[in-house]
Amino acid sequence: MLSRTADSLFWLGRYTERAGNVARGLMVAARMAGLTHRDEEWRSLLVATGGETGFYAKHGEATRDAVLHYLILDADNPSGLLPSIEAARRNARQVRAALTVDMWEAINDTWNEARKMAPQALSSDGLAPFLDWVKARSLLFYGAAADTMLRDEAWRFTHLGTMLERGDNTARLLDVRHTLLAKQPDAEGSAIDYLQWQAVLRSVSAQRAYQWLYHARLQPHLVAELLILRPELPRSMIACYRRVESTLDMIASAAGGRRGECHRLAGEQHARLKFGRIEPILATGLHDFLTECIDRNVELGQQIARFYLTA
Amino acid sequence: MQPRETPPAFDEMHAATGVRPAYAQIERWLAGTSPEALGLKRREAELLFRRLGITFAVYGEGGDPERLIPFDLIPRIIGRGEWDRLARGLEQRVRALNLFLQDVYGKREILRAGRIPEQLVLGNPVYRPIMEGFVPPAGVYTHVSGIDVVRTGPDEFHVLEDNCRTPSGVSYMLENREAMMRLFPELFTTHRIAPVGRYPEELLETLKAVAPRTCPADPRVVLLTPGAYNSAYYEHCFLADEMGVEAVEGADLFVRDDVVYMRTTTGPQRVDVIYRRIDDDYLDPEAFLPESMLGVAGLMRAYRAGNVALANAPGAGIADDKAIYPYVPEMVRFYLSEEPLLSNVPTYLCDREADRAYVLEHIHELVVKLTHGSGGYGMLIGPHSTKAQCEEFTARIKAKPAEYIAQPTLALSTVPTLVEAGIAPRHVDLRPFILTGKEVRIIPGGLTRVALRDGSLVVNSSQGGGTKDTWVLQDDPPAAGAAVPQDGRTPAATQSQSQRQGD
Repeated sequence: MLSRTADSLFWLGRYTERAGNVARGLMVAARMAGLTHRDEEWRSLLVATGGETGFYAKHGEATRDAVLHYLILDADNPSGLLPSIEAARRNARQVRAALTVDMWEAINDTWNEARKMAPQALSSDGLAPFLDWVKARSLLFYGAAADTMLRDEAWRFTHLGTMLERGDNTARLLDVRHTLLAKQPDAEGSAIDYLQWQAVLRSVSAQRAYQWLYHARLQPHLVAELLILRPELPRSMIACYRRVESTLDMIASAAGGRRGECHRLAGEQHARLKFGRIEPILATGLHDFLTECIDRNVELGQQIARFYLTA
Repeated sequence: MQPRETPPAFDEMHAATGVRPAYAQIERWLAGTSPEALGLKRREAELLFRRLGITFAVYGEGGDPERLIPFDLIPRIIGRGEWDRLARGLEQRVRALNLFLQDVYGKREILRAGRIPEQLVLGNPVYRPIMEGFVPPAGVYTHVSGIDVVRTGPDEFHVLEDNCRTPSGVSYMLENREAMMRLFPELFTTHRIAPVGRYPEELLETLKAVAPRTCPADPRVVLLTPGAYNSAYYEHCFLADEMGVEAVEGADLFVRDDVVYMRTTTGPQRVDVIYRRIDDDYLDPEAFLPESMLGVAGLMRAYRAGNVALANAPGAGIADDKAIYPYVPEMVRFYLSEEPLLSNVPTYLCDREADRAYVLEHIHELVVKLTHGSGGYGMLIGPHSTKAQCEEFTARIKAKPAEYIAQPTLALSTVPTLVEAGIAPRHVDLRPFILTGKEVRIIPGGLTRVALRDGSLVVNSSQGGGTKDTWVLQDDPPAAGAAVPQDGRTPAATQSQSQRQGD
């Protein structure tokens, strides 16, 4: 496969996943802001999406309208919702021949519709339906890819991008609320704490999963464990890195076993999570742990690019 | 003798005596379909094209850069006999054009025989000296040709222009057919229409047939595109996909030791045949425009070393230049010793003094075009122009005569077309696609372009033109008679999914 094609597929995977994640983040922030009446929720989301610096270069305060505009519409924000959809579609267009018709239609329709819908998305009535729709579209694209693509190199690079982005997103979501999750097990949380733990779970569609796995009231260390270390949860960090590693392995074995630093890094990252336990992670500091994960993720992305995408 | 008035256009559907046999069932279909139903189908078609992303890109004019070419629902129909005669003429013409290219970059016999002025060829900016003294694989220069023809009578087809560089539009031929089959499946059971769907296969075979002799048994073919900002990018991807080959950009290729490779996830891979959709000028910064970012440095070295085939050959543009066009019938006589089956449109080269005098005197009757232009830009249609516009062109022709040619205004044939006011005749042309490898292949059909504005003769999509599906009938229809079902099949009984949850 052309390196450029692999690059476009990888970023197609990343950007569609990113658009869905921004929508998920916004849904939770909107809900929390409504319950707590604090603008702090909007700022947290800016931090989680890595958009804080870009935002404050343009805006004074993280108000609802300013953050929504920045995270949904602003063309200068590379992690914004609409720019992500546009970038996904641009990459898809570059490699139409490598996509199935279902994938192309999913992303192309999303782009055509999103452009029309986005201006109304900022109104109080328009926001929730718009975000629901974006989330549904990102699930549709993922489903189209999973259900219609040949399991060849094109699939692997798309999937690799999706999983890397998803793992990164979960780490960032957790990191924003690390102080809250680092509280002692069995510590009595305030009502607001409780809402926030719920919000973290909700943003990765895991409220029910928590109950099924733990059969217990919400406890911060279990929320952290679920999202970091439980392989059963498809959006947990370990679930994502397991698939990053196995996908890279499959790419390597299809290419005669050619391996590089990206394979080593992915294996190391997966192993850390596979053999990790939540107590020592919390004891040494959740924030440090997550920051390191996020940094390594950036490096892994660079190594994948160096080895496969810009060769 | 000078034409004072444009004669009435040939109506492809209606003869003086009634509807022509080929259109008999279309007439019945139109009569039995309400305007509302057609309007609904038209919106459905638009949605279909938009969803599939069949757009052409127009940058720098503001508005949505990804535009749809309007698609007209009423097909254009060509009878078998008409088509066969046309196809023979096309094949003859393309053979002559190819021989001309081999000749002017080789022995130059036609120039030495004085049949074409030497200066017109050798002094032409699209003549490429780098092609001299070198014969491309299989001696083919024009692997893909699009010959634009217009119709003025029952069996009168004229060639309006030849396209021997990188003619586009074939994806519309294919997608228009797809759209018609989805929208009106019933029409395909009452007509026997020659299929066009094999074009990509035929193109791939043509390209493989001209692979360098040194390459392995199964040559690696790629399509070289300028990228997503090119107006025909959709077509590039579509054709690559249909052929099962990579669509590459210049940056995906590199040349080492006069061999072309592409960059892949498994390392460099050798490339044998390049179907290039990039103009000569941008193909290789070492050989042509040094500032080109789209091409591949060293490509021409690899080509001349015989390590890669390029389709179409660089320098093929000299065969379709508008100043050379008047001499194509002469090429047919010179190389094939045959009389041309397809006629040219009379053409005045403003560089020739007698021609120029005629053009300046009759400018209000003529179509004036740029010698090296394309796309319907920079053109004057005398009868539809104001006095001021004619005067402006008069001044331009006087200043730079070699840059202009002129032709009489032809009464392009018309085909019924769905317009705001209902169904009305609109002028059309036709671009069939001719493939040349070891043999010449012509897909029965082509791209029909239609001028949607009332009275307009300009069919270019950049100037408000649309397209139609073009049907070549498998057999000539009986002169009159009822629709006969093509076979006795009945639809297979639909199967139900008998197993359910809980069974």
